[in-house]
Amino acid sequence: MARVLVDVMLKPEILDPQGEAVANALPRLGVNGITSVRIGKRIELEFEGEPDLDQARAVADALLANPVIETFTLRVDDTAEAAETGEENAA
Amino acid sequence: MTARIGVVTFPGSLDDRDAQRAIRLAGAQPIALWHGDTALRGVDAVILPGGFSYGDYLRGGAIARFAPVMESLVDAARGGLPVLGICNGFQILCESHLLPGALTRNAHLHFRRRAQGLRVENTSSAFTAHFDAGQEIVIPVKNGEGRFVADERTLDELEGEGRVVFRYVDGNPSGAMRDIAGISNAAGNVVGMMPHPEHAVEALTGPSVDGLGLFTSVIAHLGQAAVGAGS
Repeated sequence: MARVLVDVMLKPEILDPQGEAVANALPRLGVNGITSVRIGKRIELEFEGEPDLDQARAVADALLANPVIETFTLRVDDTAEAAETGEENAA
Repeated sequence: MTARIGVVTFPGSLDDRDAQRAIRLAGAQPIALWHGDTALRGVDAVILPGGFSYGDYLRGGAIARFAPVMESLVDAARGGLPVLGICNGFQILCESHLLPGALTRNAHLHFRRRAQGLRVENTSSAFTAHFDAGQEIVIPVKNGEGRFVADERTLDELEGEGRVVFRYVDGNPSGAMRDIAGISNAAGNVVGMMPHPEHAVEALTGPSVDGLGLFTSVIAHLGQAAVGAGS
């Protein structure tokens, strides 16, 4: 599977009210040790052939993330191999 | 000659008809523009209306930015065409980099709709000449993602150049930084605002008729431009 995973997160200085709402709900589960929750998006791009990281980066930069408020990271999804080797392919 | 003001309809636009009606009430001719068509049909100004273009998928305005009509519109706006983005239209202008900053989820997570007090901070934009500086007006807001954010440097630049066009008074409905409700580009021809002036044009349906001022302002602005070009 030729798949690139894009993780989009709000920049640290941007308020994440959704994350705060989740964090505030945790004590109701009896969880008290988590001090912060931030919510982002994961986008999966499937390629016909070999994954093209440069193209994925261009797509992420132009559309998937807004650089004014968000950052993104890319990685090739090789979970089948990674499951055996325990390695992650970071880009 | 009657001014021709375009209103773009995207899939998911809600307030395009209201914007057309406001244009008509203000004395200009509304021209329907279509998201999938690059033609601007010779309009003198453009309104990007409120709604949820392309379902607000990914981020409000993110996909609309790549609509064919936006290719022509971004060029025309850089060339001086007056453009007003309302609510989702404001989000589209930020995503298109015609305006700085971004609109994020309201700090309290609630969708807010109410008659909102605004102070007019800038009367030199293409859409605000018919107001007095410091005038307080009432315009409806209705959004869940209307919180204007930008870095401190950008905020200082907007303030320093007088590009904060409207500021919230009587409470900030979204947690917007520095109570910013609307801004303009450096030239003043592109204005984005979260409140909806097209919903404040008739006593029967609006909390005021203050919204008409934006539409009559741009009509007057276009009239002056035409006189200037003719002389």
